[in-house]
Amino acid sequence: MPDRMAFEVPEKAGTRTLADREGLLGTLFLLPAFVYIITLVGIPLVLAITYSFSNVTAGNTAFDFNGLENFRLILATPQFRRALWDTLYFTIVSQIIIIILATALAELLALDFRGKRLARVLLILPWATPISLGTIGWLWLLDSKFSPIDWVLRAIHLLGPGTIFGPGLHMNYLGKTNLAMASVIIVYVWRFLPLSAVILMAGLTSINREILDQAAVDGSGFWRTLLEIKVPLLLPIVNVALLFGFISMFSDMTVIFLLTRGGPVYYTQVLASWAYFKGVEGGALGEGAATALFLFPVLLAGVIMVLRSTRRMEVT
Amino acid sequence: MNLLYRAKRGLLYATVALFCFFSASPFLWMIITTFKQDRDLYRSKNNPFLFNDPPTLDNLRVLFFETKYTTFLWNSFFVGVVVVIITLAIAIPAAYSLTRMSGRWGEQAGIAIFLVYLVPPTLLFIPFFRVISKIGLVDSIWSLVLVYPTISVPFCTWLLMGFFKSIPIDLEEAAMVDGYSRLMAFVKVVMPLSVSGIIAVIVFTFTLTLHEFIYALTFISSSAHRTLSVGVPIELVRGDVFYWQSLMAAAVIVAIPVGIVYDFFLDHLVAGLTMGAVKG
Repeated sequence: MPDRMAFEVPEKAGTRTLADREGLLGTLFLLPAFVYIITLVGIPLVLAITYSFSNVTAGNTAFDFNGLENFRLILATPQFRRALWDTLYFTIVSQIIIIILATALAELLALDFRGKRLARVLLILPWATPISLGTIGWLWLLDSKFSPIDWVLRAIHLLGPGTIFGPGLHMNYLGKTNLAMASVIIVYVWRFLPLSAVILMAGLTSINREILDQAAVDGSGFWRTLLEIKVPLLLPIVNVALLFGFISMFSDMTVIFLLTRGGPVYYTQVLASWAYFKGVEGGALGEGAATALFLFPVLLAGVIMVLRSTRRMEVT
Repeated sequence: MNLLYRAKRGLLYATVALFCFFSASPFLWMIITTFKQDRDLYRSKNNPFLFNDPPTLDNLRVLFFETKYTTFLWNSFFVGVVVVIITLAIAIPAAYSLTRMSGRWGEQAGIAIFLVYLVPPTLLFIPFFRVISKIGLVDSIWSLVLVYPTISVPFCTWLLMGFFKSIPIDLEEAAMVDGYSRLMAFVKVVMPLSVSGIIAVIVFTFTLTLHEFIYALTFISSSAHRTLSVGVPIELVRGDVFYWQSLMAAAVIVAIPVGIVYDFFLDHLVAGLTMGAVKG
């Protein structure tokens, strides 16, 4: 590297020594981060892959390689297949809803209105709250017996004997598969909407006002402006929002762990929560690691997305 | 025309109100629950949004004096502060080195560091679980101090690179012409101009440690060492009995201040997010 640097530092005589010192300083500055990341991300990542091909357990210190045995085992369980499917389903459905709502929200917050400051605080709250505490709030809100939503439904005669939601007095949101899945999606949307909205808001404010004004002068209507100007210009930033949303949602286990614990039965299990139940609570570290490893392909897609978008930035 | 304008404004306020209601209603429910007495809360005939019995502060007394809540608060605060210091000490020099002192490959290395951020804790917690027990840090908050920078350092380095790039290089060169060394030029010129970036790093890192769940759940096993995010949902439930009022109080006491701080620093954080993203 030093040659490269010396080559790039401008031509003036005497800069050579400075460049040398600079190279040294640059290395020293970078060293802690480099060492930290290699030892505490690199090595565990290699270990995660190694574990998934071995019979390692929580109690046993020795381990042997057992090839694809873990993968065969986990693929044979319906819980794993359901977790894989649910992870994709929850993430994709929530992200579609989130991107649509976030675009609307970003548009709204670009306007001026009274009480905007308060609205902003309220809208940011779900993202600012630790995810576990927010989820506990929802757990109580969706309680099988004391949910206030049930009370409202009963008060407007949608729930209870002789009404459309049936004779029972409670919806039991987390006890029925479809309702539990819908609840999980709502909690995810609630939690991750602010993040995407904030990112899109920043993108929206960076759109050149003159382009929009010119479009208005040329007689472009609301929808045309939105679809033909704003959406294409926003697309790179939508990618950023999707990337952050996907990565943080795809690997989250907190919501499932606290809200449904994967239930009813195992119908809302996701990869991350299943890896925890299997690997840590069940002690089968190898199988847990193999389960978590299925997060890798999506991760890789994220990585490729980042690399491609940065390359595009360089080209333009 | 006037009518159309008013209809539009009405629609605007209605939509904003709807969004706010969706975001804030769980918190409203938490606050109402906090002040309720048992016999009011656990009677499904009662209107849950009203105080059918007089409100009480007893649940807060229970939370602060009969549970480990204050311990959780302190643990979270301690871990947060230490991790922020470590992150700043590692990420600031790294980001500067990558933007200014590493030539063209600095750009590539910056992207590589950001890619490290994409490796989620869920992928690493199982090997960490074993590594932590091997080095004897099980059930110690130092395990969290050791591991949290793996999330914050890559992200913050990338964030700071965006800020450093936006500072004109002429300023440092001028300082060096005036006799500052490279190091002093960085400390005296670049650092003061990057205050908003450093604030973004502090806010991001602190809230990250406050929010993190899976490592805290896996590494820590005794209630005296739990942090807020795990301690509140796990420890405040005794047996199968949920102390809902205290639980909701515990959540809302953390949520509201953090929400306000977030709103305050939102613009810094967004600037960091998009600057890094757009400038790669």
